[in-house]
Amino acid sequence: MGWQKKVLRVDLTAGTCTAEPLNMEWADRYLGQRGLATKYFVEEVDPRVDPLSPENKLIFATGPLTGTPASTGARYSVITKGALTGAIACSNSGGYFGAELKFAGWDMIIFEGRAEQPVYLLVIDDEARLLPAGELWGKGTWETEKALHERHQEPQLRISSIGRAGENLVRYACVVNDLHRAAGRSGVGAVMGSKNLKAIAVHGTKGTQVADPERFFQVVGEKKRILAENAVTGQGLPTYGTQVLMNIINELGALPTRNARDVQFESADKVSGEAMHEPRGSEGKPNLVRNQACFGCTIACGRIARIDKQHYTVINKPEYWGASGGLEYENAWSMGPDCGVDDLDAMTYANFICNEHGIDPISFGATLAAAMELYEIGAITDEQTGGLPLRFGSAEALTTMVEAVANGEGFGKDLGLGSKLLCEKYGHPDLSMSVKGQEFPAYDPRGIQGMGLTYATSNRGACHLRSYTVSSEVLGIPEKTDPHTTEGKPALVKAFQDVTAAVDSSGLCLFSTFAWSLEDIQPQIDAACEGDWSLDKLMEMGERIWNLERRFNLAAGIDGSQDRLPKRLVSEPAPTGPAKGMVNRLDEMLPEYYSLRGWTPEGVPTPETLERLEL
Amino acid sequence: MYRSLTLDPEKCTGCLQCEMACSWEYEGHFNPAHSRIKIFAFHQEGRFVPYTCTQCADAWCKNACPVEAIQINAETGAKEVVENLCVGCKVCTIACPFGTVNYDHARGKVMKCDLCGGDPACARACPTGAITFVDGDWPGYEKMRQWAERTDNLASAQ
Repeated sequence: MGWQKKVLRVDLTAGTCTAEPLNMEWADRYLGQRGLATKYFVEEVDPRVDPLSPENKLIFATGPLTGTPASTGARYSVITKGALTGAIACSNSGGYFGAELKFAGWDMIIFEGRAEQPVYLLVIDDEARLLPAGELWGKGTWETEKALHERHQEPQLRISSIGRAGENLVRYACVVNDLHRAAGRSGVGAVMGSKNLKAIAVHGTKGTQVADPERFFQVVGEKKRILAENAVTGQGLPTYGTQVLMNIINELGALPTRNARDVQFESADKVSGEAMHEPRGSEGKPNLVRNQACFGCTIACGRIARIDKQHYTVINKPEYWGASGGLEYENAWSMGPDCGVDDLDAMTYANFICNEHGIDPISFGATLAAAMELYEIGAITDEQTGGLPLRFGSAEALTTMVEAVANGEGFGKDLGLGSKLLCEKYGHPDLSMSVKGQEFPAYDPRGIQGMGLTYATSNRGACHLRSYTVSSEVLGIPEKTDPHTTEGKPALVKAFQDVTAAVDSSGLCLFSTFAWSLEDIQPQIDAACEGDWSLDKLMEMGERIWNLERRFNLAAGIDGSQDRLPKRLVSEPAPTGPAKGMVNRLDEMLPEYYSLRGWTPEGVPTPETLERLEL
Repeated sequence: MYRSLTLDPEKCTGCLQCEMACSWEYEGHFNPAHSRIKIFAFHQEGRFVPYTCTQCADAWCKNACPVEAIQINAETGAKEVVENLCVGCKVCTIACPFGTVNYDHARGKVMKCDLCGGDPACARACPTGAITFVDGDWPGYEKMRQWAERTDNLASAQ
């Protein structure tokens, strides 16, 4: 148990919904969520398909611990070929949607084809049907949720949907559930939009079970205490959210600023987690209203924030006066320091729009930062921007452009391409801070060397959530390594990548690993699931998943030549801070990494490696 | 001494561990749809509010039941549904002013909180102390203590 052992296959072209048994042979080798859905995906989809064509598929997948009392057991992932990258995409979200899908009796939903007209999927327990979404098309995710609750008179529906960005095929459109949780990266929302699929609404009354309840309760209770007693998961994250990092990373000189021209932001303290607690002058209340948990989570790092009613962004828009999902560290970075903006409420507004219209704020902010640099060097002019000066530091540029991207208007169309295509279009491809087409997040690899290898080798394009070596290099979890050295980093990155792939396949949240090692997670999986889930098996599975993703990318034409960082990071030394004078030394790490992975010097898994991993 | 559930919305993060614990206790699986305690989210205000039966002393549900299927547990003071007496008429669900008596379609019986026989699973499962099981005569004790803590002795002495 743990699994519901049932898959819902939705053929959007034919308009049919079919139940099929979960392939338990694969479940035994890939567990769930990221691993298992990727296995289904690579078995069913030609790696060379156009991501926005009907031939691409889109999988919503839970893990065996999703919807159980294991802390952080909220997660689901969206697996597809990414619209932003053309690589394997796997975007992970929390909230309540994933657990509800389990409660309805399903492990995953596989969407294939393309609906002729906009549709949404309604799932109530065993019953699944496609319904016309004509009047929902053009609405944001917030309105969509409200309209579906009203239409079906079912307040307990949990909804995952796209906003206008997904409809408009913005390359980094995301999928949003429960108003402000998102499967954020790689453009999974654009794939959903290309299929004319507006939303999935689910309510389940079947519940979940685990294989060995007695052992499960004992171990889950014990592990919850570890989270509660840990300084990061017990105090730092509930109080400041991931925004606890803003000042720390800035002081380390690893905060990419103004499209990574700088590595420290002079106003970091104004946009930090601490600043979100400060009462605002105009109304005496802070930006942060409170923290919120995802389903089953005893950490509760989510930010619920409110924009000052007097702020220029909302002064005439009372619909944005309420509380909603606030700034997390990556979003605060991309729309703050990376654009040189230090207006917390403007950033919060842009974040609200990202949630409302399904935009990945990391890629949006980083793309805008690239556009700002293009503007400052004269490669983009007022002619393109419609007269709006896209200067670093302009909050107005941020809040105007986020709306333009959502609505697909004016220069927003160019910004919706992502930084890679944008910078190519305007003749400066090196100004895109991306790997495999995906913008890197809030850690500058000149000051944190392992993150360079992390970004370069991530299977879904630059990403912090594939091997978060910041844990070790900055926070000392599980043990401290020197962020400025490359020595030992290939092994560190590989280990983090494999463990993360296992965690992402379980239904648990990666943030639990600030306090939990895989040794803490393994017994929870083992008690919930049938079969023997040893530590060795999970580690090997993580490595197998990593190679499976890699092999898909290679077949899609994304080879070792794309395991590269933007030129700036390897050639322009950090101008200030503790890493001053340093570049990222990827070349010192990559060959050793390939060798540790059992790959050729070109980055291709050897036959021996594939055989060892039974691929 | 009876004990009662005390619910503190300020501390609730909306994790629903209580709903899972409750459904496990009654149904043997994790199923918020069958929980006797519910968490309500008021998104615009950023508030989560746990809500369940308050075990009224003079209970509307008990008074309304035509077959005396709601009885007082002498040990806990809880108003419990006696399932083999309940005929599923749902009059109690109308009578309860707070909506905390509901109906299980599959069994044809009403369902409400019975304090788990004196050791409520929701309170045990709550990670933030938003749900506690306290001296039934002193549901306000913790709130009083918090206000007492804020009292400024120095200022009052001047």
